[in-house]
Amino acid sequence: MTTGDLEPAKPAIETRDLTRRFGPVTAVDRLSLTIPRGELFGLVGPDGGGKTTTLRMLAGILGPTEGDALVAGHSIRTAPEAVKHRIAYMSQRFGLYGDLTVLENLLFYADLFEVPRRERAVRIERLLGFSNLTPFKDRLADKLSGGMKQKLGLACALIHTPEILLLDEPTNGVDPVSRRDFWRILYDMLKEGVTILVTTAYLDEAERCNRVGLMHRGRLLALDAPRRVKSLMAGDLVEILVTEAWRAREVLAGVVEAKGVTLFGRRLHVAVEDIARDLPAVQAALETAGLDPREARRIAPSLEDVFISVVEREGSAAHERAA
Amino acid sequence: MNARPDLAVRVDNLERRFGDFVAVDRVSFEVATGEIFGFLGPNGAGKSTTIRMLTGLLSPTGGSGWVGGFDIRTQGESIKEIIGYMSQKFSLYEDLTVGQNLDFYGGIYRIPKEKKAARKTWALEMAGLLGREQSLARELAGGWRQRLALGAAILHEPRILFLDEPTSGVDPISRRNFWDLIRSLSRRGVTVFVTTHYMDEAEYCDRLALIYRGRMIALGTSDQLKRERMPDAVLEVAVDRPVDALDILPGVPGVREAALFGALLHVVVSDAATGAPAVRTALEAAGMTVERIEKIPPSLEDVFVSLIEAEDRTETPTAARGC
Repeated sequence: MTTGDLEPAKPAIETRDLTRRFGPVTAVDRLSLTIPRGELFGLVGPDGGGKTTTLRMLAGILGPTEGDALVAGHSIRTAPEAVKHRIAYMSQRFGLYGDLTVLENLLFYADLFEVPRRERAVRIERLLGFSNLTPFKDRLADKLSGGMKQKLGLACALIHTPEILLLDEPTNGVDPVSRRDFWRILYDMLKEGVTILVTTAYLDEAERCNRVGLMHRGRLLALDAPRRVKSLMAGDLVEILVTEAWRAREVLAGVVEAKGVTLFGRRLHVAVEDIARDLPAVQAALETAGLDPREARRIAPSLEDVFISVVEREGSAAHERAA
Repeated sequence: MNARPDLAVRVDNLERRFGDFVAVDRVSFEVATGEIFGFLGPNGAGKSTTIRMLTGLLSPTGGSGWVGGFDIRTQGESIKEIIGYMSQKFSLYEDLTVGQNLDFYGGIYRIPKEKKAARKTWALEMAGLLGREQSLARELAGGWRQRLALGAAILHEPRILFLDEPTSGVDPISRRNFWDLIRSLSRRGVTVFVTTHYMDEAEYCDRLALIYRGRMIALGTSDQLKRERMPDAVLEVAVDRPVDALDILPGVPGVREAALFGALLHVVVSDAATGAPAVRTALEAAGMTVERIEKIPPSLEDVFVSLIEAEDRTETPTAARGC
């Protein structure tokens, strides 16, 4: 694992065998990960895979059972308070005060993080501006829609210009329009050199990251740039448009050439070993079933394809070991 | 104007005001029995308020509605017997097992003793929970919790199921499994009324309604909306620095919107023939390498965002977008 050829002074985050157990469950299992400064890093994986536990440890909130991590150069074991001052952490339930207005919430967090008084007005104005919350600054936080709450949460987390931003599924339940606003804020942060570690259930968001880690059962199954992670998928992937995607999947369950079938709306992603050899059988089966397959084309797998394939492969391997 | 037995849901000029605020503004639509009906819209658009009226939890201030042939104004109790409802914040008893949670809900629904065991088995099977009966609710990962909530919502074999963002915050594999369950319920004749922010899930719906600021601004199948409601063209752009391109594109003549889709850009232009060369020229002038520009059929997200922004343009220009 390298941190790039320029080797900046110190990585933003460096974990060594970071482990967290809860009773018999190992939530995070000897995680070693280096995130250089300025990187946008995405942590993805199934629910319960260890993403949130990792973030909570990096935020200095939860102590590790074994191993350590340096966050902005400070050990989460020995200097968690120093870590907290260099980072912003937005948990899935970020603590907004419902009976305070948007502006009052920002002022509260400015106090909490001891933002110098003379800097407050400028900073708050800027955060309100790029979160499009200026017209709502006097609205009670409880009266905000879900997307606006998330943006206010992010604005509060950013009030002290952190070096590192830890975001735990920040766009859950946020509609597509608000999601775009939210990501614009993150890009602005990146331009200022902030390092961002984000977990997300939206794999199209993960595709935008410099690197992604795929976490499952506490371990990293993959760690690389999104396009390199995709090389983990063997064989070819074909996209086919059909009239009834669900029925098509049932039909293809009986076709040996189709190694995996995933629905993306009306589009079918069919994994085959060799497109030239295997596609005719797939198409013939769909035609016989009257499903009118159209526009079959080879596609590069999306991160979601890879995610499903890797996690399912891992799942069945574990199953075999257990059996 | 009366109930029609072939319709699971019918609303006519349905309205709900809270003081001066019109949360739902004269909305009319019909949902056929067995249909999967997707109810989309930004946070705070009025989706949950509509569902609360349809489920008999909130009375309308105007218009009328029928669910399963019953009047939502006067027959709320009859409606509750034939519907299942899974809200965004469903409540499970954390220290009870899966089986005990279902027993508890069986009591609430007053399922006759002799039917209890059979219904429970059916719900466990439909929700994919067989083998998990002994797990404590608090030990379930996100996707499994969602299934348990679904199991509880279908214990009494409802004819109509209301699901309010059932997959929010659930990982991609669990989301797919959950939609398989929705699909199989629909095949058994259950009508499914569902809200989601995941546009790939919206593609699985038979028909979609898009609601914004309380008003319904689009209604139709996914194909219809893409064909008929997207006057602008969508260009897919592969460029070496997509995030930087986002800064430049809004200034290019003819460009209405630019957004990231994974590592690619979708650029909405009023005319593809002039827009594509203009986009290429602008990006290359900024020193970027444009790999490919291709006109593509719009995604549902393109249509969704475009309809909302068109709506924003027709509203008073000073009105700020709510989220």
